[in-house]
Amino acid sequence: MASANRMAPDFTLPRLDGQDLRLSAYRGKLVLLDFWASWCAPCREETPHLIDLQNKYGDRGLQIIGVSMDDSPDPARVFYQQFHMNYPVVMGNAKTGELYGGVLGLPIAFLVRRDGRIYAKHIGATDPSVFDREIATLLQSP
Amino acid sequence: MKIAARYAKCTVIFAAITVFSFAQAAGQASAIPTARLINPEDLVKLLQTSGKQKPLMIQVGSHVLFSQAHISGSEYIGPASSESGVQQLRKRVESLPRTKFIVLYCGCCPWGRCPNVKPADDTLRAMGFTNVKVLYIADNFGTNWVDKGYPVAKGE
Repeated sequence: MASANRMAPDFTLPRLDGQDLRLSAYRGKLVLLDFWASWCAPCREETPHLIDLQNKYGDRGLQIIGVSMDDSPDPARVFYQQFHMNYPVVMGNAKTGELYGGVLGLPIAFLVRRDGRIYAKHIGATDPSVFDREIATLLQSP
Repeated sequence: MKIAARYAKCTVIFAAITVFSFAQAAGQASAIPTARLINPEDLVKLLQTSGKQKPLMIQVGSHVLFSQAHISGSEYIGPASSESGVQQLRKRVESLPRTKFIVLYCGCCPWGRCPNVKPADDTLRAMGFTNVKVLYIADNFGTNWVDKGYPVAKGE
């Protein structure tokens, strides 16, 4: 179960480019883990804001990781190219969803501190200013 | 040069509007008349009442979500926002009597943003089905079904 202040469950999942991504390899960075799907309307609207956040805070230690809950990688790849996404996307599955307490609605985002602990869980489309404020605050902490 | 830059800008704006319009058009669940909806609590009561006609329940959303949790006894068809999902739906119901009681559901997104239930409902109506209800899931399947303790199954 993934709730605030618990360690974010580790996983290794294939990226859209075929290479594996292990979540714990990003320890030391502030991670925004975003569960989304290409057919999800709120996800489509949220993605440009996430791209902006990665641009704005990437060099200060933010790493956004998208977890696509599409049934196959093809639509996720098309979406990735259409939106010029600037952060890695992995293909999620039911097991990953269950690790995070059940991803039974999209989008769902987890903000994971540099020490690997979950700071917040956001269900549904989140106002970009909320992410911005939380990220700015957390990046100030060691 | 300025004209080219302006043209490029217009193209980007047009593409963005097109993408947004597509998303909006797909999310027409709120256009389904209230009379065709069924609330989660009413469906649960119906499922628990012996002797009542049990509906064929069809999930028209993502398989990844279905595998994590779905209504016990329901079947997975595929996202009805895609042509392949609609084809699967047609194939599943084509041999059924048009009076068959069918409940469609998804729960991927907040009700007004779900891209799947409206195309599924439209498909069944167009095929002549007269006893179709769409499960009204206000927020998502987790919040409005699983967290309420209603009957859930996992897996394929």
